Amino acid sequence: MIRILKNFKWYYWLMLALMLLIIVGQVQLDLIVPEYMSQIVSLVTTPGSEMSEIWRVGLIMIACAFGSLVCTVLASFIAARMAAGFAELLRDKVFRKVESFSMNEINKFSTASLITRCTNDVQQIQTFITIGLRLLITAPIMAIGAIVKMSGKSGELTLLTFAGVLVIVVFVLFIYIVAVPRFKSIQKLTDRINKVTRENLTGLRVVRAYNAEAYQEEKFDKANTAVTKTYLFVNRVLSLMQPVMQIVMNGLSLGIVWLGATLINANVLELPTMMSFTMYSMQVILSFLMLIMVFIFMPRASVSSKRINEVLSTKNIINDPETPAADTGIKGELEFRNVSFKYPDGDGYVLKDISFKAEKGQTFAIIGSTGSGKSSLLNLIPRFYDVTEGEVLVDGVNVKEYRQEELHDKIGYVPQKAVLFSGTVDSNLRFGKEDATREELAKAVKIAQANNIIEKKGYGGNVAQGGQNMSGGQKQRMSIARAIVKNPEIYLFDDSFSALDYKTDRLLREAINKNIKDATNIIVAQRIGTIKNADRILVLDDGRVVGDGTHEELLANCSVYQEIAHSQLSKEELANG
Amino acid sequence: MANMAGGGNVQYAERPRSMKKSFGKLALFLKPYLIPMIVALLCAVAATVFNIISPDRIGRITALITEGLMSPDGIDLAQIGQIGLSLVIMYGCCAVFGYAQGWIMTTITQRACNRFRKAISRKINRLPLKYFDTRSYGDVLSRVTNDVDMIGQTLNQSLSQMVTAVTMIVGLLIMMFITSWQLAIVAVATVPVSIILVLIIVSISQKYFKQQQNYLGAINGHIEEVFSSHNVIKAYNAEDKMINTFDGINRRIYGSAWRAQFLSGMMQPIMTFVGNLGYVGVCIVGGIIAIQNGDVTFIGVITSFMIYVRLFSQPLTQFSQVANTMQSTMAAAERVFDFLEEEEMSDESGMTAKLDSVKGDIRFEHVNFGYVPGKIIIHDFNVDIKAGQKVAIVGPTGAGKTTLVNLLMKFYDVTSGEIYIDGVPVSSLTRANVHDLFGMVLQDTWLFEGTIRENLTYGKEGISDDTLNKVLKATGLEHFVKTLPHGLDTVLDDNTNISQGQRQLLTIARAMVENAPMLILDEATSSVDTRTEILIQQAMDNLTHGRTAFIIAHRLSTIKNADIILVMKDGNIIEQGNHAQLMEKGGFYADLYNSQFDQAEEE
Repeated sequence: MIRILKNFKWYYWLMLALMLLIIVGQVQLDLIVPEYMSQIVSLVTTPGSEMSEIWRVGLIMIACAFGSLVCTVLASFIAARMAAGFAELLRDKVFRKVESFSMNEINKFSTASLITRCTNDVQQIQTFITIGLRLLITAPIMAIGAIVKMSGKSGELTLLTFAGVLVIVVFVLFIYIVAVPRFKSIQKLTDRINKVTRENLTGLRVVRAYNAEAYQEEKFDKANTAVTKTYLFVNRVLSLMQPVMQIVMNGLSLGIVWLGATLINANVLELPTMMSFTMYSMQVILSFLMLIMVFIFMPRASVSSKRINEVLSTKNIINDPETPAADTGIKGELEFRNVSFKYPDGDGYVLKDISFKAEKGQTFAIIGSTGSGKSSLLNLIPRFYDVTEGEVLVDGVNVKEYRQEELHDKIGYVPQKAVLFSGTVDSNLRFGKEDATREELAKAVKIAQANNIIEKKGYGGNVAQGGQNMSGGQKQRMSIARAIVKNPEIYLFDDSFSALDYKTDRLLREAINKNIKDATNIIVAQRIGTIKNADRILVLDDGRVVGDGTHEELLANCSVYQEIAHSQLSKEELANG
Repeated sequence: MANMAGGGNVQYAERPRSMKKSFGKLALFLKPYLIPMIVALLCAVAATVFNIISPDRIGRITALITEGLMSPDGIDLAQIGQIGLSLVIMYGCCAVFGYAQGWIMTTITQRACNRFRKAISRKINRLPLKYFDTRSYGDVLSRVTNDVDMIGQTLNQSLSQMVTAVTMIVGLLIMMFITSWQLAIVAVATVPVSIILVLIIVSISQKYFKQQQNYLGAINGHIEEVFSSHNVIKAYNAEDKMINTFDGINRRIYGSAWRAQFLSGMMQPIMTFVGNLGYVGVCIVGGIIAIQNGDVTFIGVITSFMIYVRLFSQPLTQFSQVANTMQSTMAAAERVFDFLEEEEMSDESGMTAKLDSVKGDIRFEHVNFGYVPGKIIIHDFNVDIKAGQKVAIVGPTGAGKTTLVNLLMKFYDVTSGEIYIDGVPVSSLTRANVHDLFGMVLQDTWLFEGTIRENLTYGKEGISDDTLNKVLKATGLEHFVKTLPHGLDTVLDDNTNISQGQRQLLTIARAMVENAPMLILDEATSSVDTRTEILIQQAMDNLTHGRTAFIIAHRLSTIKNADIILVMKDGNIIEQGNHAQLMEKGGFYADLYNSQFDQAEEE
């Protein structure tokens, strides 16, 4: 919690100090009121008092109350600006930090968790600063102030007040110990309900096909009963809270009057003092309640701040070089030299000793079953990850010696899972080249076989978040067009044709071959049909190169390639093809 | 307060479409708890009444003290003791009734939530698939958890708070006017002031809360989009562009967030101030009355009033809170009821026809079908399939191959025409009956959390281990299951390390265990390694052996060996026949076939 405050701008500390001063003033004003009240009491109980005196005292009381109001409003003004400003600052810092991350860091945290950290966690901190921080400052000042006022007036009544505080603290502790562990399990049980329901929903067709509704329902009932039981327990315990608080407060008032009567009778206490005492003791209790509230708030905020700190303090593994390499003049060349790779927290090598060189204008394919390391290989080229051993060279220069921006400019990456960004068709196509002309766009669209998307939606057509309003095939073609608009030296197609039907797949590859002759194409694929005509095919199995050559060569001498081919094409197809 | 932590948007509650309707439905739903609810509300009234009477007693003690100071006998401690004792009893009763009320209401609310969840889970299985095909799971899920939780958290509080508040206000008014009408007027006079101030603040802050909510929604969407496409953004050097957009929204959030927070933060101090005004007013007016009348014991009345004024501000704040939470409760209840009132699948209780064992002849006669009324996609489809034949369904992605599955399984009803199984019209059979006749293996390899045995025997009783072992052998899973720590009783959950291929094999095994006379198979396209692929193929061949089978085919060998190929495009079946016939025809199928396996034309 404290560490997050290091992100405070200097003037936040000033604001905080100002807030502290204002709150001290407010509490002072609040504490004066009972004194004037006891003055009124003595005026009333002293025969022959002037009415104008009562008016005078009354007006002072109103002035005090108004002053207190002004202070509170000022304090909450400062708190609100500070909290919202700090939230803005944190959100910005986290977002920028994440943008600087490589895939290493992203995967370390997981995307979902990063999203929560940048949204909910920041919001938690904001809430804590607006409400919690103010309570945290007010409560001790108020408690101390009230206790100072009480002191020396009546030891007995002070003791009584403390007894009341003690009861409350013990009770809250009791609730905390009994209810909080159950509270935590509620979250788990709710997740369980969620999970069972999700299971039923995702498997709806299977559930129905097997007439297994009753089975799923029974499972749900179990989860439902468990969550209800825990909720019942927790809420029944929490229901104690209000009656107990009430009885303590009421009991304290009564105690003061009752004990006060005896004390007054014994001439050790005055009536007005007793009256003001009632108010002071209430204020002490109130400040303790405030503190308790803060402690209920605090754990959530401190967990959030810890999570934000984790992001901010992460050291980036992949950084730009201090002195980037000079341009070699070579274009469209890609080379792997004895590259081995394992994920930072993984145990085994995903790629082992890979070497190859793709020349300008070549179509270079990589094939292999799932888990053979194809996508990992591709990820090393734009430095999503860095090699563990060996070198990756683009245009004769180690990728680590480029500024990342420069490196990415050379590459047209088409991911496996096509994603678009909210905006328009046009803004998505221009994603990699802001100033592309309409002709360039039209050409790219044509090559990517995305004409019918433009016909249907137009360039101004709306694209929803992540491209959710388009089908998988449409998204894939759009993301291919996006890469073509960029006009890169090297294309990386990471299984980018999988959502296309065979016919579109073929047309697209033909168009690419025809129109983009200068660029080097690196294609990762699962379908033999997609890569059959590549200039060179690399066959990966379990992270190693087990075949290297053209379709015909591999068909003749690479057993893994043969297996893949046989599972996808029938024998005669292969013979005729 | 606790609400505040949930995102800082207490002030902005979602509104239901019709408060009255939701309330009526909720009331109806809660009817079984009417009697305990009345008891709880009576308890609330009782607790409040004790709470209201007690200040009067405290006032009497103060009066006794003042009297005692004046009289030579000193203070009448005995009488004070009596009053004190009566107060102790009262406070005790107040607490007991208060707790009883809380206990009962909590219980009712949680029981109701339990019923809500149960009803939703039952409803899921009674709704037609059409409902889910047009909606996201998240939508249904959030009703089971978020909405029901919302009802659970607020119903309890808002109901009892409302009753307490009303009792409190009425009781306090009575007590105050009985004790001293002049002071009562002073105390009540503050009410309209605070109501007006609160209304003004709420109306302004509501605007900013709504704004803040919108911007937060926008920024969350942006963050989600950006973070989940990190690799693309990196590769296209779009970080700065994304940061710019982000900064724009972030700035706007700041503007509305601090205003919203500040304005809602004003509420409490203003209420306190108005309360203090009442307080001081009572002191002044009370003092004046006391001096004018020369009645020293009036100090007792003032004491009671000081407590009354403090109590009086409570129900007022509660009212505004309750109004807000009630709105959220009703909005949540409305969503739950909307779901529960969705139209269910047609009633089948009147259907008497039942097919137990079938040969597996299937005939489509003049079948027309469309998902949306008036938009027919399958036009006048006829086909006659003999028992044991293999039917391959082919077509490009999005051609609507699953439509046929939907019709065969009676997940959807045909618009017109009829499907016959062994000559019996499907429309005369219950859905459960049709489901029993088909085994089904889908691409998305759905397994549920449970043991392997449960996953295989899914919903069926009395399957012997012998049968299971045979099936495991036939699907090539025997070795895999043997290596598991608990064999067939190993629990499959998130932590189980099980590959995509093994999942697929398990779903095939499940269909084998079901041993239905007819089959629907969706061949996996990719994402398994070659060896597993061969295993799966063998298992599928074993499974289809001797059964009428509909196969959504991706593999050429399957297609070429099929007895009948149904070629689909844009939702409709446009060609049918076997491979040779269709090739000869030179239509869409021939084109599709050639494009896949012909050499790409060379330059």
